[in-house]
Amino acid sequence: MWRVLGLLAVLVSFDATAQTPVPYRIENGAIAQPLTGVKGDPAKGRAIVVERQKGLCLLCHSGPFPEERFQGDLAPSLVGTGSRLSEGEIRLRMVDSTKVNEKTIMPPYYKTEGLERVAANYKGKTLLSAQEIEDVIAFLVSLKDDTQK
Amino acid sequence: MNRLAYLVVIGIALPAFAQDARKSGFDFMGPDTQAMQKDDLANPGMLSVLEGEALWKANAGTSQKSCASCHDDATQSIKGVAARYPAFDETTQAPLDLAGRIIQCRTERQGAPAPQREGRELLALTSYVAHQSRDLPIAPPKDARLASTRAQGAALYSTRMGQLNFSCAQCHDDNAGGHLGAAPIPQAHPTGYPLYRLEWQALGSLQRRFRNCLSGMRAEPIAAGSKEAIALELFLMERAAGIHLETPAVRP
Ligand code: HEC
Ligand code: HEC
Repeated sequence: MWRVLGLLAVLVSFDATAQTPVPYRIENGAIAQPLTGVKGDPAKGRAIVVERQKGLCLLCHSGPFPEERFQGDLAPSLVGTGSRLSEGEIRLRMVDSTKVNEKTIMPPYYKTEGLERVAANYKGKTLLSAQEIEDVIAFLVSLKDDTQK
Repeated sequence: MNRLAYLVVIGIALPAFAQDARKSGFDFMGPDTQAMQKDDLANPGMLSVLEGEALWKANAGTSQKSCASCHDDATQSIKGVAARYPAFDETTQAPLDLAGRIIQCRTERQGAPAPQREGRELLALTSYVAHQSRDLPIAPPKDARLASTRAQGAALYSTRMGQLNFSCAQCHDDNAGGHLGAAPIPQAHPTGYPLYRLEWQALGSLQRRFRNCLSGMRAEPIAAGSKEAIALELFLMERAAGIHLETPAVRP
């Protein structure tokens, strides 16, 4: 079991996304404008969130994913995210959570600058692409308190 | 204002004195893995210790001397040594880790080829030497010449690194005891090295363990035996001062 779920193996096996981040504007604790012109797809977003080698989310978060074993306990549950936060607030947290809490452990999913000692094969690459981030946001927005417990 | 700050400090410091919250990685493991470590017949690391014992007694290099020729009975002569490494090396005027010291003895005093880092010979000798300090408290030397390197290690430990932008401290101080997916996060005390890791299915050094965490962070590796690796090790040993050594430990 430890071999299949060995965290560090999980963290490294993902193929990073080569892209220059598109510019965005932070206003009132949110990024109101989507990063792409294509509307996010919540089903794809859900797949990214539960896929440990891509989203990494469940290493830290738990959420409404009864089929997923071993969800992390370092962060709040994702249940009800869409009731607590606006779309723009979720976008800011996905793009760069340190803009909300300087000390957060949540990785910046859309950032290539200001990082130290990035391994050569990840340098200049964002964790997720702009479209993947929009997909994840569309999914998180759909997590209302009354739709699951 | 000052007095208030003082009271707050005391309030925090007292419970810390009253109870040491530091724990070895051993305490974060399941009972099966703990039992495997505790039973010398089941602990796979003991094979390497035995191999190290044979190497210790065998003549090597142009000197045709063994480690034992100079150090005699290891169970007496090198007891406690691993508990105080890395140490300041007079020859190179730099901090040196235990594996580095063994490489130095091999090449300079025995006239043998330099054993490779993470190679079988060096791991075996290092685990044999460190095993002689099993159950002894980690006791870093009070040597002022180590201070700047140790400070470099402390800084590295709390610097965010890699694409995931984590620092070692965020996991091992702020979130120790929590779970990263399925894995419990230990406090990263270097109590058992070299140790047998089930995921490696092999014995490995502390510096190999650094490489694992760094690659998980998607950060540049730190070369084994480099100044940075020794700096991190120095810092972690100081942070773990007083905790007992377990070599050879077993970890998941
Ligand atoms: C390394 C751990 C870690 C990972 C990986 C991680 N997060 Fe987080 N996340 C946190 C923590 C801790 C918080 C709490 C807020 C803080 O630290 O400032 C948080 C906060 C959040 C919040 C705000 C929650 C709220 O109710 O305020 C959202 C939304 C979120 N994360 C979504 C995600 C998604 C989606 C992923 C994967 C794409 C992800 N996180 C990956 C640690 C993580
Ligand atoms: C994202 C969280 C995370 C970060 C960041 C991290 N580690 Fe770890 N580390 C772990 C986990 C989890 C384990 C236990 C692994 C296992 O059992 O699979 C571990 C194990 C260790 C151990 C082994 C402890 C023992 O009992 O033998 C050491 C030493 C260590 N880490 C040092 C470091 C150092 C140094 C850094 C910074 C360069 C670092 N770690 C960064 C999560 C992390």
